[in-house]
Parts: sequence; structure tokens; C-alpha cells
Amino acid sequence: MLEFFQYQFMQKALVAAVLVSVACGVVGSYVVIKRIVSLSGAISHAAFGGVGLGYFLGVNPVLAAIPFSIASAIAIGGVKQKVNISEDTAIGILWSVGMAIGVIFINLTPGYAPDLFSYLFGSILTVGNIDLYIMFVLDLIIIATVYLFRREFLAISFDEEFSKVVGLPALLIYMLLLALVALSVVVLIKIVGVILLIALFTIPAAISKQYTYNLRKLMILATIVGIILTSLGLILSYIFNLASGATIVMVLAVAFTISYYLKD
Amino acid sequence: MKAVELNNVSMKYNEQCVLQNINFSIEEKDFMAIIGPNGGGKSTLLKIILGILTPNNGEVKVFGREPKHARDLTGYLPQNLSFDRDFPINVYETVLTGRYHGLFKGYNKNDKEAVLCALKNVEMKDLIDRQISKLSGGQMQRVFIARAIVREPKLLLMDEPMASIDPEMQRSFYELMSQLKNKMAIVLVSHDVGAVSTHVDKIACLNRELFYHGPVENAADGLEEIYHCPIDLISHGIPHRVLREH
Repeated sequence: MLEFFQYQFMQKALVAAVLVSVACGVVGSYVVIKRIVSLSGAISHAAFGGVGLGYFLGVNPVLAAIPFSIASAIAIGGVKQKVNISEDTAIGILWSVGMAIGVIFINLTPGYAPDLFSYLFGSILTVGNIDLYIMFVLDLIIIATVYLFRREFLAISFDEEFSKVVGLPALLIYMLLLALVALSVVVLIKIVGVILLIALFTIPAAISKQYTYNLRKLMILATIVGIILTSLGLILSYIFNLASGATIVMVLAVAFTISYYLKD
Repeated sequence: MKAVELNNVSMKYNEQCVLQNINFSIEEKDFMAIIGPNGGGKSTLLKIILGILTPNNGEVKVFGREPKHARDLTGYLPQNLSFDRDFPINVYETVLTGRYHGLFKGYNKNDKEAVLCALKNVEMKDLIDRQISKLSGGQMQRVFIARAIVREPKLLLMDEPMASIDPEMQRSFYELMSQLKNKMAIVLVSHDVGAVSTHVDKIACLNRELFYHGPVENAADGLEEIYHCPIDLISHGIPHRVLREH
């Protein structure tokens, strides 16, 4: 039963599950409490444009997705200043345009894009060492940024207008938060893919939110919940030979339902 | 120096005039009530004084400075907040955000003391660890008042402060205001004429244009001059209409 822990790809996958859960636990907590779930969904789909760009330029698609998704995050934050476009509309546009750019770049790239499917739906079992290094470094950047700006992030998440009144550069901090979302998207891309990753952002934090009223504890709890559930999803996907991203999402959904009913 | 000075301030939203030619000033340690109907531009006026909104025309000075540069002197109580029901923040942390110093600058011992003091003032010290949405509407409002005064501002701007305060809290609210008005100028806006009490020194009415009624006593004396706007002035605890309807 435990033989799959001996496979190297499985060990890597479990390390990936931990790295992913850190990004989801920390940034996902903000995504849920600041209610920017759909905005994060748009950023994740826009990141696919970066993946396409990576194929086209012949560089690592995950690395190419970093500047691309940060740029899209900042673009959508900038829309906030323009009162004549609602954020909702901007989300809808970014969502599909990012995907469209990715598809066109892949069309323009000669030959066949072998692991394209894994960027869309995730494939935790094909994660390589390079991917793990990238995820690890991004996790460190995310944790350091959150630590440095924890006061600001809390203030704008709770009451953005009041934070302006006390002299906080609210728009800048909001864009920084969206940039962190973009970085987390990149951490997640290989594991669950751009289409499914919003579940990992929201569900661990949403489950944990029911059990604590302290943001730091929420992040820690969401990370732990994420590690347990993604690992479980991973093992189940191996046993039943199912796509890992989709299995993880289903495990998360079941866990959320159970925790919701346990709470009441 | 005047706490607030507005000269010919006008504001438009989508070609719709919200504020027109507003001229008025607030002295230091004034306690002023601005009354007007919903949509009369009250919140907009406060946001202009706070520098969150920039008017299309006119000049705004707060303690002789641009509003944006006078934010360290202003405290603000917003009208209503929409935050997540389970938002992970407690009473203490909420009030502490009012002491924000700037990027990379943490909160120090003075800040902690100021928070405790502000919470004591609004009689919320016992609930310091309570998660914010586990409070009643009135308690929550008191926490936000504490957050507004925790910076020890020279100008306190309050948007509908009575909206969610229970009747018994009203008296202690005005007691708190009468203590605070020795230290700062206070402006409160309300659509509810009943919210204006004898503690208020000056009254103005705002419905796109602003009609200044001056000190409360004068407002009652000079009935003929002031005919623009209906208010029920509450004097000495007995409500009676002193201003003619128009």
C-alpha cells in the first residue's frame, strides 16, 4: 500500500503538494477575506497567455507566466482607478483575452506542444526538479512579502477606504496583493492547471475560516488543510488512475462540504 | 487657523452635480452638524475634506494644507462597511489600524496604549478580543468611533454616526462628543434631524448647496433669515420645530 511513496515521481509530487499548499494557505486567505476570488480566477486564466508565450519563445512556460500574470494583475488593479469600467467587466475581459493570447501563441509555435494539457488541468506527477525550485523560491518571496506588508494587507482587506484616510498607499498595496496572487498562480500552474487552480486558492482558506478569527492562524491552518487534502487527492488519483488536478479539486470540494455541515 | 475651509467647491458625478458652490469653514474645536437628505452630497463632502475625492472646482484646505497632506490630523468614521462576515480581525486589531504609521513601521507601545484608551472612551474595553462581526451593530459602531479617535485627530469627521447606535448609547455618544470637542473640531453628517442635539454648536443643511445656520442659538433667533431648510432642533431635551418649513 505504501509502495508509491518509494517512487521518485511520487516523492516529488508530495513535495509539490506542500509547496503549493503554502502559497494557497497564505495568499488564498487574503483572496477569500478580501473577496477577490473571481479576480484571482481571471489572473489565473490570464497566466495561460504567459504559458503560450513561453512555448513560442522556447523558454520554460512557468517562468514566462510570471511576468505575464503579474502584468495582468497590475492591469486589472489599474482599472480600479478608471471609474468608467467596472472591475467585474475587466475581470471578464482579462479572463478570456489571456486564454486567447495563450492559444494564439501556441498556434504560432511550430510543432506540437506536448504537455500543454498539464498547464490547463494540472499534472502533479510530471513535476520536475526545476518546477520544484521555482515553486520554492516563489513561496519564499510570497512569505517574505506578506510578512513585510502584513499590516497593510490586513488594513486594505478590511476597509480599503479607511486605510487611505490613515495615509496608506492603498492602490499600490492592492496591486502588490494582486501581484502575489499572480505569483501564487504560477506556483500552482503545474499542479492543478489554470482552469482548476482557483479551487485550491479558495477551499483550504474557506474551510479554515470557519475555525479561527486570527489571520495568522488562518494562514497556518489553511496551509495544513491544503497539505492534507492535496496529498490525499494525489494518492487517490494514483490509486484510481485519475487526473491529479481534478481529483484534488474533488477532494477539496468534498472536504468543504463535510466541514460546512460539521460546523453547524 | 481654520480647521476646514472650502471655497466655491463643486463636484460632479457623471455630469450630475452633487455639490454646488460650497463655501464654508470650520473653526478649531467647532462641533458642527451637517444635515441633509440622502443623496444630498453629505458623504461626498466628507470625502472631499478627507482628500479621498477631488472636487471638480474650488479650493479645499484642512488646517491650511491640501486635504491629502492633512490626513495625520483627521479621524474618520465611515457610513457603512461591507466586509466579510467571518473577517479574521478582532476589536483590538481593528482599532489599531487607525494608528497606522507608514510602510515598514510597526505599531509601538504608545499605539497600544492609545488603543486601550480609545476603547475605554467608547466603553468597549471588555470586548477587546472579540471578533468584529460577533458584535452588535451599536458595539461595532463604537469600535469604529474608537478607530476614528485613536489617532487623537484635530478634526473628526463622522458619517451618520447615529445610524446603528441604540437609543441608550446616544446619550453616552454625546457625552463622549462633548469631551472630545475640547480637543478637536467635530463634524457629523446625518439625514436624521433628531440626531442633532444641544451639544452641537453649529448647524448647516446640505442638499447639493449648503446653507449655513451658524451657532445653534442664532439659528433659533434669526428665524427670518434661515428659511432654506427644515430642521427639528432639539433644545434642552424637548423636541420642537424652530425653523419654518419651506
